[in-house]
Amino acid sequence: METTEKLTSKDFASDQEVRWCPGCGDYSILKQVQTVLPDLGRPKEEFVFISGIGCSSRFPYYMDTFGMHSIHGRATAIATGLKATRPELSVWIITGDGDSMSIGGNHFIHMLRRNPDVNVLLFNNQIYGLTKGQYSPTSEQGKVTKSSPIGSVDYPFNPIALALGADATFVARTLDRDPKHQQAVIKRGYEHKGTSMVEIYQNCNVFNDGAFEVYTEKGSKKENILLMENGKPLIFGANDDKGIMLDGFKPIIVNLADVSANDLWIHDETDLVKATILSRFYDDPTHPDHKPRPFGVFYVNSNKNTFDELFNNQMDAAMAKGLGDLDKLIAGNETWVVN
Amino acid sequence: MSSSVDKELESVVIRFAGDSGDGMQLTGTQFTNAAALFGNDLATFPDFPAEIRAPIGTLAGVSGFQIHFGSTKINTPGDMSDVLVVMNVAALKANLKGLVKGGVIIANSDGFDSKNMRLANVPEDQNPLTDGSLAEYDLKVIDVTKITRAALADSGLGTKEIDRCKNMFVLGLIYWMYHRSMDSSIEFIKSKFKKNEAVMTANLKVLQAGWSYGETTEMFANRYTVAPAKMNAGVYRSIMGNQAAALGLVSASVKSGMPLFYGTYPITPASDILHELSRHKNFNIKTFQAEDEIAAICSSIGASFGGNLAITGSSGPGIALKGEAIGLATMLELPLVIVNVQRAGPSTGLPTKTEQADLMQAYFGRNGECPVVILAAQSPVDCFNMAYEACRIALEHMIPVFFLSDGYIANGSEPWLFPQTKDLQDIKVEFAPERGNNDDKFMPYLRDEKLSRPWALPGTKGLEHRIGGLEKQNVTGNISYDPNNHEQMVLLRQEKVDRVADYIPLQTMDNGPETGDLLILGWGGTYGALKTATAILRGEGLNVSHAHLRYINPFPKNLGEILKGFKTVVVPELNNGQLVKIIRDKYFIDAIPYNKIQGLPFMSTEVVNKIKEILA
Repeated sequence: METTEKLTSKDFASDQEVRWCPGCGDYSILKQVQTVLPDLGRPKEEFVFISGIGCSSRFPYYMDTFGMHSIHGRATAIATGLKATRPELSVWIITGDGDSMSIGGNHFIHMLRRNPDVNVLLFNNQIYGLTKGQYSPTSEQGKVTKSSPIGSVDYPFNPIALALGADATFVARTLDRDPKHQQAVIKRGYEHKGTSMVEIYQNCNVFNDGAFEVYTEKGSKKENILLMENGKPLIFGANDDKGIMLDGFKPIIVNLADVSANDLWIHDETDLVKATILSRFYDDPTHPDHKPRPFGVFYVNSNKNTFDELFNNQMDAAMAKGLGDLDKLIAGNETWVVN
Repeated sequence: MSSSVDKELESVVIRFAGDSGDGMQLTGTQFTNAAALFGNDLATFPDFPAEIRAPIGTLAGVSGFQIHFGSTKINTPGDMSDVLVVMNVAALKANLKGLVKGGVIIANSDGFDSKNMRLANVPEDQNPLTDGSLAEYDLKVIDVTKITRAALADSGLGTKEIDRCKNMFVLGLIYWMYHRSMDSSIEFIKSKFKKNEAVMTANLKVLQAGWSYGETTEMFANRYTVAPAKMNAGVYRSIMGNQAAALGLVSASVKSGMPLFYGTYPITPASDILHELSRHKNFNIKTFQAEDEIAAICSSIGASFGGNLAITGSSGPGIALKGEAIGLATMLELPLVIVNVQRAGPSTGLPTKTEQADLMQAYFGRNGECPVVILAAQSPVDCFNMAYEACRIALEHMIPVFFLSDGYIANGSEPWLFPQTKDLQDIKVEFAPERGNNDDKFMPYLRDEKLSRPWALPGTKGLEHRIGGLEKQNVTGNISYDPNNHEQMVLLRQEKVDRVADYIPLQTMDNGPETGDLLILGWGGTYGALKTATAILRGEGLNVSHAHLRYINPFPKNLGEILKGFKTVVVPELNNGQLVKIIRDKYFIDAIPYNKIQGLPFMSTEVVNKIKEILA
């Protein structure tokens, strides 16, 4: 491909037949990624997609880039090794709620604390799809599934709060049904220097259909979604008639008829404390006093060095004087001669 | 002045034993260096508890270091010691059975007080220093603690710091006994404590005090000389197995021109490889201490995908955790070296003790048909050679390779006639070249004569492709559920391992002819003991040969021929019979297992007796 020729989304589609169930939210994510990538101005051989196991993890097969469909929960660890040694590549991790929050939970948090410059797309459908419908670590308590016929007793993980707790430097949430929002968030995640953790609410229409419909259907979504925009007041509601204020550290919902928009909580992506409060807007949407579910970028920290930078800075410093003398190294400090 | 008489000895085994805080490992290492610099051949065996500071004075806390040095070829650290240095009663109790009758005991009397007796569970009225129970030995009782404290009374150091110098007294005394120069230890102390002059001076003073004690007391009737060994001419250094393994890996990296990535998680007894490698970043050596064993191997797989000489290292329990990822590497057909410094198991087992019980794990320890190449080092020095070989085979054949070492050779040391790097075998690595729009589609699983596939690095134009753990269609690498393709791929992955046999040396005999009454067939760290045993047996006129395997999967092509040449084949192993099962299965011979599973190496005499029993 000539450099003058701009890539299109088609250039990023492999020749493999996509085999997700018809109607799966994964199709939308694949399409948005294939739409965003040509705009990033990089040749496609620089992109690497690494996934674990699960429905979402088939993703790399459908991308005409470098890719690895690895083993359950370990894409994060594989990506860390690749990025450490090949920092010039654009490395993406495709994972699901089982892959990253359950079997791969350990690698997930450790990658976030190290902060390699990779992009995580966490497809959260709150169910195990590929194994045909067991509850996942993000399923709501009481979930009735094949493996929990009278309801799951487990409390769910909140991936956003978990990521913030692990000192992630970019934390965002988007949804499969909102292509524009998804594209914007994915692009911002790419631009972030450090690990970007993007949770994508993704509908599994076979085993957990409608899990997020309250956030996607016309009748309910405006009441239940809080779209965060940096520097803008937190406003939501069917007629943009409600807002969030902070009473000390306590968020409260106010009516814009009573309060000026200028007095609302102004979203500041760089404020970890406020991001942490927003991450806890995680109520059951059927609860009468529930807060709206935030979407967009919760938190960005651009001041933390990436793992790959720190790792390679040490290497560069050590290699500055050229490759060591192997014969000297082998000989060590003390030798003796036998004649 | 002492009126001691000089005696010349061919070889001596000294065992230093004390509490794990007594500095016996350091003392042993120092004496080892001095013996090596003097030109003796030698072998060492550190034997320490898993606890860093086990309860003071107890049997569990005893730490030992054995050195066997001589003017002849030394193959093992010695079955029994001639001299036993004990810093307390627990150390005596734990080690007395390993001392030859009539051997020398140098005992620190302060470690035999009532408190130490109680801690070592020795009844108050049975102090071995005074109750006559050691009459068969040459007992030397010295209050090392008291002398050390007296020597350092004016040092300004506290009692705790003063007592830490006790081991230097012992070292000085042993140097005197064996006419050794203290120069290397003096240099060592000066360098180690260069930032703390008081401690430096104290250690030097006590070292000298130990020497002078031998010189001035009438306690020692004899001093000993052990002449330098007749060894092949050349430049030598002393090296431990883990250190040699690390240098082998670095050498393979430099010779192949491939940056090395070592993803690992600390585990005894493999961690020293990480420690060594992490100091050599100026050789383009990248080390990554992962969050767990699985991340350790997976990060290495990521690095291999990206074009590095990727290595992961661990011991048995960690290898168990890596199993699924080894399967992935086998499917990906990427180069990967898996280092297993074996320890006694199962589960946590005996972390600081040696065993050879992970051979089956390396051979079969994964789901599905998942063959890998397996190499094993036979001595501390051989860790260099086989680590290098593991890298060469992994890189040139695009395949995961196990490198097996064990706790015994990993921590043992010996003199090394080290190679010049120009003499090391070349390692050739090729990457798939970039492709243009008019080229055919890249086929990631198109194979060469070794059956290896191209190494196609991310970032190379036109090579975009996907790999993964799902079964691949041969040539294209696309996912395939075709039954015949799966069978073909399983057979191809096996054949790929088998073809490595064309690229490794033939099996040689270590001692004895290629036919005869009995073949001792060993592998890995039992080499020294089997070598010594074979020499003894042959010296007695028995028709016994010894061959030692370092390439275990695939076996050297001529192994079957060699086995056929013997009436009896005995396979001694530090496990419950693992190589023997493979040999029986592959060559249909009635090989006899000989097993020891005590966390300890073979003693040559045990092997000699066993072989005689079989021949009788």
